[in-house]
Amino acid sequence: MRPKLSGDLLFKILTTVLAASAAVILIVIAYTLFTGSLPVLKWSGLYFFTGTKWNAVRMLYGALPYMLGTLVTSAIALIIAVPISLGIAIFLADMAPSALRVPISYLVELLAAVPSVIFGLWGLFVMRFWVVKYIETPLSTYLGWFPAFSGTPFGLDVLNAGIILAIMIIPIVSSISREIIQAVPNSVKEGAYSIGATRWEVIRNWELNYGRSGIFGAVILGLGRAVGETMAVTMLIGNAVGPAAIPISLLKPGQTMASLIANDFAEATRGSIEYSAYIGVGLFLLLVTLSINVIAHFIVARSLKIKGGAVE
Amino acid sequence: MSLVSEKIEMDSNTHAEKVLNQQNSTLTNEKMKSIGLSAWFGTKQALRNINLSFRSNSVTAIIGPSGCGKSTLVRCLNRMHELVRNSKVSGQVLLDGRDIYAREVDPVMIRRRVGMVFQKPNPFPTMSIYDNVAAGLKLTGLKKGKNLDEIVMRSLKQATLWDEVKDDLDNPGTSISGGQQQRLCIARAIALQPEVILMDEPCSALDPIATAKIEELIVALKRDYTVVIVTHNMQQAARVSDFTAFLYIGELIEYGSTKDIFENPKVELTEKYLTGGFG
Amino acid sequence: MTSYTYRKFKNKLFFWLSLGCVIIAVLPLLSILFEVVIKGAPQLSIQFITKPVGIMGQSAGGIGPAIQGTLILIGLTSLIGIPIGVISGIYLAEYGDNKYADSIRIINGVLTGVPSIVIGVTVFLAAVIFLRHFSPLAGGLALSIIAIPIIARTTEESLKLVPNSIREASLALGVHKWRTIISVDLPAAKSALITGILLAVARIAGETAPLIMTILGSQTFFEGFNQPMDALPLRIWRDAQLPYANFQAQAWGAALVLILIVLSLNIGVRIANRGRLVK
Repeated sequence: MRPKLSGDLLFKILTTVLAASAAVILIVIAYTLFTGSLPVLKWSGLYFFTGTKWNAVRMLYGALPYMLGTLVTSAIALIIAVPISLGIAIFLADMAPSALRVPISYLVELLAAVPSVIFGLWGLFVMRFWVVKYIETPLSTYLGWFPAFSGTPFGLDVLNAGIILAIMIIPIVSSISREIIQAVPNSVKEGAYSIGATRWEVIRNWELNYGRSGIFGAVILGLGRAVGETMAVTMLIGNAVGPAAIPISLLKPGQTMASLIANDFAEATRGSIEYSAYIGVGLFLLLVTLSINVIAHFIVARSLKIKGGAVE
Repeated sequence: MSLVSEKIEMDSNTHAEKVLNQQNSTLTNEKMKSIGLSAWFGTKQALRNINLSFRSNSVTAIIGPSGCGKSTLVRCLNRMHELVRNSKVSGQVLLDGRDIYAREVDPVMIRRRVGMVFQKPNPFPTMSIYDNVAAGLKLTGLKKGKNLDEIVMRSLKQATLWDEVKDDLDNPGTSISGGQQQRLCIARAIALQPEVILMDEPCSALDPIATAKIEELIVALKRDYTVVIVTHNMQQAARVSDFTAFLYIGELIEYGSTKDIFENPKVELTEKYLTGGFG
Repeated sequence: MTSYTYRKFKNKLFFWLSLGCVIIAVLPLLSILFEVVIKGAPQLSIQFITKPVGIMGQSAGGIGPAIQGTLILIGLTSLIGIPIGVISGIYLAEYGDNKYADSIRIINGVLTGVPSIVIGVTVFLAAVIFLRHFSPLAGGLALSIIAIPIIARTTEESLKLVPNSIREASLALGVHKWRTIISVDLPAAKSALITGILLAVARIAGETAPLIMTILGSQTFFEGFNQPMDALPLRIWRDAQLPYANFQAQAWGAALVLILIVLSLNIGVRIANRGRLVK
């Protein structure tokens, strides 16, 4: 009979090797970004993370404003998106009549299918004016003395970027929250109903409570998505650079790490320190999103496993 | 320690004794034989030192309570047990006198000679009835130079399914009833012209009428094949088989001609099982 | 404990609040679709779809090159990303019961969280510098990197849906494992598999960030694998930022074409799966 050098062995080798492509990709990403960042990290050192001036002529590269920009826009996005996403999750998990569940959840999913650049286009030519008229101008008029609302709003600013991010992360936060809520064991819900709790009370005191950590994980996942989102933000944030990009006022232009690269990397002279500075921002962006996503997946998976539901 | 070897006083002329004596030598009409066969799932031992013989052109039934190792035993006969993670097999299984577990043996080749029909009918859902029957030949590259139409017809006829499906050969394999699907699986196995057909509780998912049809078929199959059937249904074993082996917690308790086992069991445990003593 | 009517009121209140949340989320979607259609439809014409971009300050021309570019990118990603993704998924599903596979799964999960702009930078540094040109190949590579982890996971999931009984049936016939995977498992998983692939394609068709520094964008049709190229998302981005109303209108037209491609893939997949078990 024949030895085992056969189609089976070759096929197994082929599939095993190609599966490693994921690891190869990750290594290439980490390596290219890391080596590309070394020049600026050597040059600026700690200033890269603490400095605010960004000036090629004077060779100053402080990326702090952009890190803050990412932070603030993501925070705005979460503040707006989380309550809405929870509302959607609750509605679809518990409150909606069953005939409506599929169509509505489908519509929310469709939101996730819209390309980022189209969000940006819509934000730039439609949403922006609406927000300026009904939100930013009133804020500026009545609360303009407060630093966060200073400046004359044109619509290309931190707030608008935050709002569009919120809309974009609603699908993911709401769908995972919904899974978490639905994974709450029936025995818990039945116990609550049997003591006469209303639907809302069961949701508030039992489901949200029980699913607390999982929902937290969903929020972190949304954060990860917001941090990495590029095009829509780029089109709405106003492309500020250097200290002007520090997000003190929501109504003034800003810059996130992602939008900086999209807006300005193409202009940099190849091989220069400036060039390396953009790569450095990319590296930091990568590290931040990776950490957030790893933590989030860990929390969500653990929460679903404990509750006995299916892992996503 | 096997309970089989010691035991019984009986008439030296009984058929059973002859059969028992034959267990310790290899006869030319002994199609398959296991010698010291043991099997494990991880650290859990499922079969202990099974010495069992399967005569050519006969039907051997393997009976015993749930979990006694019947399925594991037949899966060792076509080297399917080793596909389970962390599984282990020791001992020998001779097919026509040669050990199928020898190092140079390709398990894939063994499975073409020793076919299997499963408990729940499993026709390939994406293939038509015709393609299901032909699948064994097509997917193993054995179809060269053969007239597939003829083979499909012959196999379906042997499986007593031809008349019922001959006008619908292009329909999906899953479009027929459960009993018909099982006969389709038998036809699929037969198309490869194996030498042995293993059946793991082939009727347990079927209704009584479908079951009866298949039992008829089994008896007819032994003309061309050696059949081993695992069943938890004692009456079925009594109806279709020539020889019966009784397994209990991984050990072979008793083996003999079906008539002898059922009418005159030698071991107390066997009798207990046959009279419904335990599950 | 407050009175029952108050509790009932709260119950009602939160029902309407949560419904309100749904409406708040759905409104932007409806607005986007509305605006894209209203502003984009007037642009559609044979000219628009086939002509190249015009000169600034004059006629905006058409988006022919952008459509061509997107199609070429989809083609390149299909050539590179789909095979690698599917074969990785096959490994994970069929051979993946070990630590190596587990770590690959984790890495795939991690990769889906990498911002697409970072992938663009990486491919720029690794490939465009190497090739010394902006290139459709680099764009296809970047999009493939995005697609591979997604397709690997959906492929693994769709193969895991195939019942093991089908695999066993094939192996028991003496079919080799690789042949079983290709001729039995993959066809059985076909619809879920294709769904996953189409959704991944819809995803990458809309990506802009990885294209900025790999294909750069262009006013002209495809000129070779070592020249920049245009694509729909890039065209939208560039046109939107120009101060000319006719170019902005062109952006809406391009957005309509892009949305049609993306949504028809998404909705098409849904319709095809209606009546089957969707996740």
